[in-house]
Amino acid sequence: MEVKTASFEKVSSPKKTTVSGAEAVIKCLLEEGVDTLYGYPGGAIMPVYDELYKYQTQIHHVLTRHEQGATHAAQGYARVNGKVGVAMATSGPGATNLVTGIADAQIDSTPMVCITGQVGSHLLGSDAFQETDIIGISTPITKWNYQITKAEEIPEILAKAFFIARSGRPGPVLIDITKDAQFASLEFTYKKCSGIRSYKPKPEVNLVEVERAAEAINNAKKPMIIFGQGVILGSAEELFKQVVEKSGIPAAWTILGLSAMPTDHPLNVGMVGMHGNYGPNVLTNECDVLIAIGMRFDDRVTGNLEKYAKQAKVIHFEIDPAEINKNVHADIPVLGNVNETLKILLELLKPNKHEAWHQKFKDYYQIEFDKIIKNDLNAERGKIGMAEVIDEINHCSKGDAVIVSDVGQHQMVACRYSKFNQTRSNVTSGGLGTMGFALPAAIGAKMGAPDRDVVAVIGDGGYQMTIQELGTIFQTKVPVKIVILNNDFLGMVRQWQQLFFEKRYASTEMVNPDFITIAKGYHIKAKQVSKREDLKEAVTEMMESKEAYFLEVKVEQEENVFPMVPTGASVSDIRLE
Amino acid sequence: MEKKNFTVSVYTENNIGLLSRIAAIFQKRHINIESITASRSEVNEVMRFIIVVQVTEDQVKKIVGQIEKQIEVIKAFYHTDDEMIYQETALYKINSADFVKDLSIQDFIKGSNARIVTVTPKFFVIEKTGKRHETDSLYEKLKPYGLMQFVRSGTIAVTKNEMPISNILEQFDTTN
Repeated sequence: MEVKTASFEKVSSPKKTTVSGAEAVIKCLLEEGVDTLYGYPGGAIMPVYDELYKYQTQIHHVLTRHEQGATHAAQGYARVNGKVGVAMATSGPGATNLVTGIADAQIDSTPMVCITGQVGSHLLGSDAFQETDIIGISTPITKWNYQITKAEEIPEILAKAFFIARSGRPGPVLIDITKDAQFASLEFTYKKCSGIRSYKPKPEVNLVEVERAAEAINNAKKPMIIFGQGVILGSAEELFKQVVEKSGIPAAWTILGLSAMPTDHPLNVGMVGMHGNYGPNVLTNECDVLIAIGMRFDDRVTGNLEKYAKQAKVIHFEIDPAEINKNVHADIPVLGNVNETLKILLELLKPNKHEAWHQKFKDYYQIEFDKIIKNDLNAERGKIGMAEVIDEINHCSKGDAVIVSDVGQHQMVACRYSKFNQTRSNVTSGGLGTMGFALPAAIGAKMGAPDRDVVAVIGDGGYQMTIQELGTIFQTKVPVKIVILNNDFLGMVRQWQQLFFEKRYASTEMVNPDFITIAKGYHIKAKQVSKREDLKEAVTEMMESKEAYFLEVKVEQEENVFPMVPTGASVSDIRLE
Repeated sequence: MEKKNFTVSVYTENNIGLLSRIAAIFQKRHINIESITASRSEVNEVMRFIIVVQVTEDQVKKIVGQIEKQIEVIKAFYHTDDEMIYQETALYKINSADFVKDLSIQDFIKGSNARIVTVTPKFFVIEKTGKRHETDSLYEKLKPYGLMQFVRSGTIAVTKNEMPISNILEQFDTTN
């Protein structure tokens, strides 16, 4: 007797048709509502590309210049619109080039399905040309992976892949398909997956825990919220705002929580963590109740765990049971999707203002403003500062642009200073810290949110890790705006060398090419600006451009990002200089 | 927190690659697996892994959480030694000449509840099932006679308490 391990919806494509495995792959993607995918062809995936040729009016395949770019583009696409991003590559090096993007999507909970071609099943294990064990390689960095060796497995496995990628805590899934399975034919019908018996996407909500949480919050004198991407992934932004407004609790965000709540909301008190704001970091160690919502207490958020919020009662709203008590002990764990738990919580909360407590955040902000922010935004020194550029972008975007940042100093500055009115506007590599993420992610973001301005803010180091994606921009004419904050250094590493390695600048100085000539080689409008008085006009011109635009800003070379929680220090020992 | 023996029981679907997915969770945390076995379980088409590790309770809790998160894992549990009935099996291959030469070997075998599996003119194979210290003790006794080969299985264990796997699976069948 066959055991039923997964359940599927009723047949959505009414009659069976005989198709090749390769065609079945495309039909599955269409059934799942995929309109755009990113990839790079090669030997073992050619049958699928041959079908893509036939289906090109129905599905847009974007040829990136490197498979890593395909994964980041798929991530950017998924992050702005919540759909599953899709990346495709051939076997061997094509598949291994996906690894960084898959790891990034795993740690940042991004829904993504990667499809790789594989050598014919009779060649598996023979060290065939372009054979690599991508299932073995991708196992620790995928939510699920599977190797298809028979054409008839394709519909069911792809249905499961999409279900797993998008449900619960989202993540990347890799499906490896042998070439013979792509060539063989099958009777095609498609049924969407609706459940897998060994997989529980979200835990059942325990009402008692929500009630305990509400009671603790209602009795708190100095409560503080830290919200993460869970609010966005749970589509709970509006509900979350209501919770914050009703309870009057100051709310701080993690880097991936940014934009879940408008940045100028009076109860938004800024970023926590290593380069976060002064108030929320210091007051983490003063609050009496710490309410963590859809976040995972990353070490960049907590600093030294031994000295993290020890005085506080911790309430943790979380969809993934493995995150409870992983880094910080939760006195009250509230498991479930935040769009369910916050709904119940909202009803139980008593309206409050916490004015005196909120004033503390304002006081700390004033200190930070006087010591850091004022200078960052209105520098009187020689060269342009990074924050000034972000500020100019804010003036043009009015807070409605999608900002895609790479990794390093410019990322911290972009996150600290960007204004956001709308959710799903901040796209950055948080957990993995993948340099090279932003340029391809911006391509995906613009395609995923074509009506919005998408601005990639990148350092001169990270830019050159995936600079070849300028070719993708040129070919697809996707109108992304690219800002390079060029300090001719790997700035964040240089900052650490200055602060902790006695200014031994080992391999952080960059001798850079002429970025303008490179952009022009791809026929992308390009401009360089190095003087403060020219900045406003240059940013405005970029923001008003209907086509892709490249702006290089020569910034202060040895600027440091502050505040800063040094490694091993407590969040309340955050340094202002 | 003190490190001690924990037995992790993992009920899974019968799929290729799950062993490495589970093993990777230990590897990522630099934890050595003392023993691992996989076999069919009491439930049709459901596999059961028995993994023994020496860690703190805090560590084993987190590991079980990560294992359970894997899509094809139905349920994972951890138990201390006193919550389980557990056994290992060891095989000892001895030169027949030695065996016959010194009859005290026979006393060891009888005394330790081992049994002779195979006898050939060249060698004997002795099997002993029991706790680690029991198979170890027989090993020490036989070693002076020149063990030709020795092998021991991973721990297999059943819990004293009930394992509610069938309930979980039935729940899926009725709701889907």
